[in-house]
Amino acid sequence: MNINLTLIGQSITFFAFVWFCWKYVWPALLGVMQEREQKIATGLQEAERAEKDLELAQRKAAEQLKEAKAQAAEIIDGANKRANQIVDEAKEAARSEGDRLKAAAQAEIEQEVNRAKEQLRTRVAALSVAGAEKILSINIDAKAHDDMIEKLAAEL
Amino acid sequence: MAAEQTATGYIQHHLQNLAYGKLPAGYTRTDGTVLSESTWTIAHSSQEAADMGFWAVHLDTLGWSIGLGLIFCFLFARAAKKATAGVPTGFQSFVEVIVDFIDKTVKDTFPHRNSMVAPMALTIFVWVFLMNLMDLIPVDWLPLAFAHGTSALTGADPHHVYFKVVPTTDLNATLGMALAVFALMIFFSVKEKGLMGFVKELTLHPFHSGKWYVDIFLIPFNFLLEAVSLIAKPVSLGLRLFGNLYAGEMIFILIAIVFGVGVLGFIGASFLQMGWAIFHILVITLQAFVFMVLTTVYMAMAHDREEEHAHDQ
Repeated sequence: MNINLTLIGQSITFFAFVWFCWKYVWPALLGVMQEREQKIATGLQEAERAEKDLELAQRKAAEQLKEAKAQAAEIIDGANKRANQIVDEAKEAARSEGDRLKAAAQAEIEQEVNRAKEQLRTRVAALSVAGAEKILSINIDAKAHDDMIEKLAAEL
Repeated sequence: MAAEQTATGYIQHHLQNLAYGKLPAGYTRTDGTVLSESTWTIAHSSQEAADMGFWAVHLDTLGWSIGLGLIFCFLFARAAKKATAGVPTGFQSFVEVIVDFIDKTVKDTFPHRNSMVAPMALTIFVWVFLMNLMDLIPVDWLPLAFAHGTSALTGADPHHVYFKVVPTTDLNATLGMALAVFALMIFFSVKEKGLMGFVKELTLHPFHSGKWYVDIFLIPFNFLLEAVSLIAKPVSLGLRLFGNLYAGEMIFILIAIVFGVGVLGFIGASFLQMGWAIFHILVITLQAFVFMVLTTVYMAMAHDREEEHAHDQ
């Protein structure tokens, strides 16, 4: 076991390799690793933010859905009310129209009856005159008895 | 040569590095030839390697450590170049797991601002791990392949070709790295606290009264204590790694010897080899980690100011 020049040779070799590693190996490797670390960190941050955004969006969507539902319910409610109202109005209109028709029909009937009565009255007058003529076998001046006949007809 | 290969010879052969150095003129070599003038050559025996003195290099240690370091640099630089901030796949995610692990460990132990410490920790961890990992390759494979390869190429006696595969079982390698760490400790200490701050840290610590006429007499004791604890850091750092790996290698060598002792020896050694290798996976990772963490801690201590110490206590 001799101590010799190898000692110094080894020391120089040591410095050479350390220098090489210091200049060309370590900074490059560590730089790449730190860069990746940064990348992963930002990636995670972004993922977190995206998650938050998603949650926010979901909450917003739920809110909007609720609002929409409420609006729809309101609209349906309004429509139902309006429909009821329309039905009521229609009923009312039908009823009044019916009443009006009924009244018109009654008026017409009354008119008919009056007209029939009038005809009947004139026919009765004529018949009674004719009957009286036959009975008396005389020509009665129609004009002279008109008053009397008319009184008779009015009694009918 | 097989007859010569006793157990002791086998172990010694395995523990000798491939040394390249200068032998002086008039030196009698292992094969009996006498050198007419001083020569740069490869040692053919442990004695020759020892006689080369300080001015020799272990070609195998440097070769493997530089080779493995280059593999580390190449793989990681390629991963760094190809890396994208998208989904990491394959080798990139593997590299990123290691980088992330190192980054966290360094951040836990090193609270100061210094862009060099974390990459240094990564280099140490992966490089030392790779060097330790060579210990898991069966002890004879690479040395035998190398010895026979060189003997076929150059005609050298394969028994005289030494080859140690695990750089961290060479004290030179571990102490070399520990000394580099030590140099950085001193450098950052002086840079952060100034030369006077560093000297003060060595001389006015741990004994400190606040009165200058007392402190003057405490300086020698403080300096002795601080100097010992300062020197102990790189020495323990280097010796710990070396000791663990050297012991591990030694046990692999011993198990390899048992392989040759009959059928029972072969079966027993197989199980021992497997068990120790599995256990050793833990050891090599742990030692690489310990070397890295201690280096980081020492760097943190070099950056710590005395005022911060006072606050801590």
